[in-house]
Amino acid sequence: MTRVIKYVFYDILRTRFILLYTILLLVSTFALFQLDSDSGKVVMSLLNIVLMVVPLVSIVFTTIHFYNSYEFIELMLAQPVNRKVVFIGEYLAVTFSLCMAFAVGIGLPMVFYGISASGLALLFNGMVLTMVFVSLAFLAAVLTRDKAKAIGIALLFWFYFSLIYDGFLLWFVYSFSDYPLEKLTLTLIALNPVDLARVIMLLQLDISALMGYTGAFYREFFGSSFGILFSTFILFLWVTIPFLISLRIFSKKDL
Amino acid sequence: MISIRKVNKNFGKLSALKNVDLDLSMSRSYALVGPNGSGKTTLIKSILGLVIPSSGEITFANKSIASDWKYRESIGYMPQIGRYPENMTIGQLIDMMKNIRKNATELDDSLIEAFKLYKIYDKRMHALSGGTRQKVSAALAFLFHPPVLILDEPTAGLDPISVEILKEKILEERNRGKLLIISSHILSDLDELTTEMIYIFEGKVQYNNTIQALKEETQEKKLGKAIATMIGQKQLMDSINK
Repeated sequence: MTRVIKYVFYDILRTRFILLYTILLLVSTFALFQLDSDSGKVVMSLLNIVLMVVPLVSIVFTTIHFYNSYEFIELMLAQPVNRKVVFIGEYLAVTFSLCMAFAVGIGLPMVFYGISASGLALLFNGMVLTMVFVSLAFLAAVLTRDKAKAIGIALLFWFYFSLIYDGFLLWFVYSFSDYPLEKLTLTLIALNPVDLARVIMLLQLDISALMGYTGAFYREFFGSSFGILFSTFILFLWVTIPFLISLRIFSKKDL
Repeated sequence: MISIRKVNKNFGKLSALKNVDLDLSMSRSYALVGPNGSGKTTLIKSILGLVIPSSGEITFANKSIASDWKYRESIGYMPQIGRYPENMTIGQLIDMMKNIRKNATELDDSLIEAFKLYKIYDKRMHALSGGTRQKVSAALAFLFHPPVLILDEPTAGLDPISVEILKEKILEERNRGKLLIISSHILSDLDELTTEMIYIFEGKVQYNNTIQALKEETQEKKLGKAIATMIGQKQLMDSINK
């Protein structure tokens, strides 16, 4: 396993994309800290990056990487190496490099300018979101043999969770606003990892008051230790379930 | 050594293997012959576990390969089209393979020597010609002294001198009592290298016997003619039966 991880990791470093991604995050975080001295506001601005850019970069990079290492996977599978080990090794190497890039890119400036609780929460959520979208990308990659199709599916995942789902949720809440919807919207939010991360962060930043009565309800739920545990658990389900499905498909795939 | 029991493989509507039953034993050399798209590579890939059969069972040394991977330690595989990580050099690739198959203690680098691959160790895989790629594939297949060798069109794309080097190597390994499976369209090569013949047509095994027996049955001296006669006879029989 470690040998497979090592070779995949070398391969990722050689493309230099990860380095570019780290620098991009570093520069934007430093710039935001320069513009504003209030760390809460900086975290708020960073939140938009985390919720839009991180999933997009993770899912597209992972899908392209998977197809670029198809030859490596093929080569390994003709050797005395377990299929699952190859797949898990690929997954861990990609997740690790993307998480490291994110942690260094956002974390380093934070350490430099003083770290806060909301900053830590942002780091944590960003990393979990990276893992979620790497899992989804692996799922997209094993669903089809065609690279272009797989990138299409991956982008569809991103559009769905970042844009389409929110639109649907807004429409739903607006049309049924006469009914008590708190519990239902809570469930609906759990069905989208991006929304889940957003709500956790907004509550961390203590601006839930802006959300009125619903905000107060969420605060009561997510603010409690049970709520935090629950939402973290759901986020990790978003990491493991797509991963396990793709592992299952991959172990029966013809090469 | 390898036994294939009632293996079927469907790719969507297309069925690539139909009820294949084969027994391959040690110290024999098998020629896998059949027209393009008849299922030769699919059969080879099924033995390697790269393709999962739709039904049926393949066993290697009396153990099912379905969820096993350790048996591949005993196989050297030379693919038809060698696909390797493009930005690796030949040296890195060979080092990686050695690293992955750490259990192999003794290495056989005679082909690396014979093909003079060490001279181009720092060339990247994407810069290699088809023939050089084929040489790398061959060198890797023989590198770990595997008791079973599966060669998918080994001589295609090689220059005449390299073909001779490779054929000599294959004969040497055959005389050591290894199990050889060679798929090829060059029948004169197979006549030299193998003793048994498996003829596959449209996913079905049509003929499975020694080459000697085939030649006697058809009363031909050359393998090419013998196969042509055998196919002719088969077609005649089929049309009569219809």
